[in-house]
Amino acid sequence: MTLEDIFKKLKEKFQDGVLELKIPDEKYKGDAFIMIDAKKNHAVLKYLKEEASLLFDNLLCISGVDYKDYFSVVYHLHSYTHLHKVVIKVHLQERENPKLDSAFDLWKGANWLEREIFDILGIHFSNHPDLRRILLPDDWEGYPLRKDYKTQETWHGIKVGM
Amino acid sequence: MTETTLQTQELRINMGPQHPSTHGVLRVELVTDGEIVKRAIPHIGYLHRCFEKHAENIDYMGVMPFVDRMDYVASMNNDMGYAMAVEKLMQVEIPKRAEYIRVIMAELNRIASHILAIGTFGLDVGTFTPFMWCFRDRELILDIFEMTSGARLLYNYLWIGGVWMDLTPGIEEKIKEFCDYFEPKIDEIDTILSYNSIFIHRTANVGIISLDTAISYGLTGPNLRGSGKKWDLRKDEPYSVYPELEFDIPVGSGEQGTVGDCWDRYIVRVREMRESLKIVRQALKQIPEGLFRAPIRKVRPPAGEAYTKVENPRGELGFYIVSDGSLKPYRVKAKSPCFTAISCLDEVSRNEMIADVVAIIGSFDIVLGEVDR
Repeated sequence: MTLEDIFKKLKEKFQDGVLELKIPDEKYKGDAFIMIDAKKNHAVLKYLKEEASLLFDNLLCISGVDYKDYFSVVYHLHSYTHLHKVVIKVHLQERENPKLDSAFDLWKGANWLEREIFDILGIHFSNHPDLRRILLPDDWEGYPLRKDYKTQETWHGIKVGM
Repeated sequence: MTETTLQTQELRINMGPQHPSTHGVLRVELVTDGEIVKRAIPHIGYLHRCFEKHAENIDYMGVMPFVDRMDYVASMNNDMGYAMAVEKLMQVEIPKRAEYIRVIMAELNRIASHILAIGTFGLDVGTFTPFMWCFRDRELILDIFEMTSGARLLYNYLWIGGVWMDLTPGIEEKIKEFCDYFEPKIDEIDTILSYNSIFIHRTANVGIISLDTAISYGLTGPNLRGSGKKWDLRKDEPYSVYPELEFDIPVGSGEQGTVGDCWDRYIVRVREMRESLKIVRQALKQIPEGLFRAPIRKVRPPAGEAYTKVENPRGELGFYIVSDGSLKPYRVKAKSPCFTAISCLDEVSRNEMIADVVAIIGSFDIVLGEVDR
């Protein structure tokens, strides 16, 4: 299925939950993606995985990006059955306590990928079985990949940074 | 006579972080009931070097040496993934010669990486000789890399737009010599290790990963192929000049036990080395004359984002790059195949023996530098 068909199918099913299809143009290069509403995140992903004509059984990657005004979480999905791909993007406006539904019940691989995003960007995933830091120490302060991150001065008496 | 009740309780054991069979610094928290493992919880992060944070503060070319240091036994393959992601954003065409040089180097590095995996896997399950043999042969590949790039481990040889330098004069002969030398050595590995009955007893029917589990966890590379899925990016989503080359994709078939056991994952690697030799030989025949690097004056991709993945020795390495049109990347996310592989250790190790957990970790062939980044 082409990306346009997938977008049409999603739009029919979720209407306002699916926002737009971004195709590379003059100002934007690279991969096309589908923007969806953060509240409908889990429902859309579930549909993408379970609908017979879509069957996105392979979760390639979940990435988080901090755009200063908002966070964005990007899902790269692929189907071994139909051999098509899709990029799903969610924006989170909330800065203090951003929240998103976990995709762990759909793909077990989402467990650690979401933990990593929680660790470095501080995005909480509801219904995650084991949400704790993964790369950094458990008592680290702040989320390093946020653009306004300031390194803590000491950690257990050890000087951090230069 | 007094009545006593035997108390039983599960025992928690720390394996690592400095345990030799963890291939780096990985700590596994084992919950055991006698010899049986009830849970194996991996704790990672000991080698975390903030790759993604560093990448935001240096220019695109400057990220390359950091990429080298992720999976430090397959640097060429890592470089290829990152270079391809930036080239996709910049929409530059790479000269044919550069593509061929990249493929030759990537496949040689694949052999070097697999042979290390095979040797250390043998060491994990208790045989020392194959380890020494493997390291002896790996040295020859490192010599070739030293002649080409000047470095033995971290090459920084693949650049955005091509490669750093053209092939050194006489290197083709040297690579051909290596191919002729190494092919019979794979048979020796088969004799001493693959079909050794002690080795088979230690690995067959151990750590079985069903295909559904493998896909759900997002396993890739030899770990996925060991579970019986014929999927290789070089063939199924071809990039570079792989469509012009002839090779097969070995998959696990449960030859010695069950599909998806440690032996299957191991044998996929052994058979892949033969295929890599095939690719290198063909590439050396077909390599055209021409430029070795596209004439790029400045690496400054337009605003946008791209995701590329390449078939690394350990699976699919993905790079998600967001560019805001400046000289530095806005965000670089590396999706490591080892990271996903080690995340399923808990499920695979349940109800196995403690000694078998060592075999399972070895069969995943993880490099902690890439897990932690």
